[in-house]
Amino acid sequence: MSFDVAYVDPARARSRKRRARRDVLIGLGSLAAFVLVVGLVVSQLPGWHVVQDTFFNVDEFVSSFPQLISAFWLNIRIFIVAEVFILIVGIVVALARTLQAPIWLPIRVVATIYTDVFRGVPTILVILLLGFGIPALDLQGVPNSEVLWGTVALVLSYGAYVAEVFRAGLASVHPSQRMASRSLGLSSWQTNRHILLPQAVRNVVPPLLNDFISLQKDTALVSILGPIEILRRAQIDTSMSFNYTPYVAAAVIFIALTIPMTRFADWLQARTQKQRRAAATV
Amino acid sequence: METRLRVDDVWKSWDGVPVLRGIDLSVASHQVVALIGASGSGKSTLLRCVNGLVSVDAGSIWLDESLDVTHEKTNLDDVRRRVGIVFQSFNLFPHMSVLDNVTLGPRKVLHRSRDLAREAALTLLDRFGLADKANGYPDQLSGGQQQRVAIVRALAMEPELMLFDEITSALDPMLVGEVLDSVAELKATGMTIVMATHEMSFAREVADRVCFLSAGQILEQGTAEQVLTDPQERLTRDFLARFLR
Repeated sequence: MSFDVAYVDPARARSRKRRARRDVLIGLGSLAAFVLVVGLVVSQLPGWHVVQDTFFNVDEFVSSFPQLISAFWLNIRIFIVAEVFILIVGIVVALARTLQAPIWLPIRVVATIYTDVFRGVPTILVILLLGFGIPALDLQGVPNSEVLWGTVALVLSYGAYVAEVFRAGLASVHPSQRMASRSLGLSSWQTNRHILLPQAVRNVVPPLLNDFISLQKDTALVSILGPIEILRRAQIDTSMSFNYTPYVAAAVIFIALTIPMTRFADWLQARTQKQRRAAATV
Repeated sequence: METRLRVDDVWKSWDGVPVLRGIDLSVASHQVVALIGASGSGKSTLLRCVNGLVSVDAGSIWLDESLDVTHEKTNLDDVRRRVGIVFQSFNLFPHMSVLDNVTLGPRKVLHRSRDLAREAALTLLDRFGLADKANGYPDQLSGGQQQRVAIVRALAMEPELMLFDEITSALDPMLVGEVLDSVAELKATGMTIVMATHEMSFAREVADRVCFLSAGQILEQGTAEQVLTDPQERLTRDFLARFLR
């Protein structure tokens, strides 16, 4: 028998296949039984009908859904615009904190205070402060749109987190990379730009995605300023009918968007780890 | 012959622990000098002082008798574009292709055009038998190939002096030869080289001068023949005896 072909005993291959099929059937059967039992128990509980009517009312769901979806479009726009600016703020602040020369001390101090302050203050507080505070100043030429200031607040709050993620990413690149770059005559700035940052970004993509999943949910916080995004819309519907199904519908819409992103982040993380393991064996 | 590098009474300590204790060394152009000695004897630190990666505590280091590396006003980026260094652990940039690794310095530091840098890089890669690897990435190469790329990357800056810091120590024994061949090829072109090495037979083959370092001092130096076959100092004999065993 030649050694360059993988050889598996046909009988063993058949039995492996049989066992795999059996495992799938057992798993599915067990899951179905579990769902059935939980469903039966819950539906037999006294008061289930009230719960069902208040939270899972099909008519309410269907009637509120289209408006919720169109209100959600505002959340998505806030999310996308905020995300772009958060990335910019994060990278700039992370790089600012790496500046070593004494002349840059003020910039380093400002960047450090920024991350300390905005990581310490609850996002909702920043939103209230900017969203109500700045229009109250009544400054000329300064717009007073709630959506704008709510988005700015999200950018400031998340920018601080993302800056720290980037900073950790820069620190995760081995110091010998900086040494090799500087020995070629590249300046500190060129080393950051061409050697450290590209590798750092690659390392931090999975944690960044987690922050963005969280940002997507936090767009709902802007509702306290008044614009009719999905949460405010659900609140209005609920207060008109005294039925909480619109909240549940809003939750379903959020989940529909976050689950794919979460799975994508998991997949990306697994792939990065696999690549690193592969690279480590060379 | 003109002096390319002169190290003058250099001292260095880390947290009060002396690593270099009054090193004097002079290297003429086109000369190959091998630094031998046990780990911790100061070979790596000395090389890193020469290109300014490590700042000395006392003494001076002159390039071409005109540029003092250790002077506070010296722009170290100027020093580093004239002095190439290759490390034990290759330190290629993993996110860049081989070609980009090699052209980065010439483009960003020497401000060559992309085409010019590319052409020069391909010529160099070809000379070191790496022409077919230009578009590959570091993690697709063997250790020996990676180290040869690191040599080419340093050469692309057209340095007047090359420093090799135990460049074969991290390699599989099978791959040491190809890297040493590259160094020999470099010597043939007239490059001035200072190398820290544990490859005694290679040092004997290519080095014009061998310096034995012990506890931060050059204890003995001379031609390869003198130092390696007829060492005068007891410590040199002990060190070499351990290698030949």
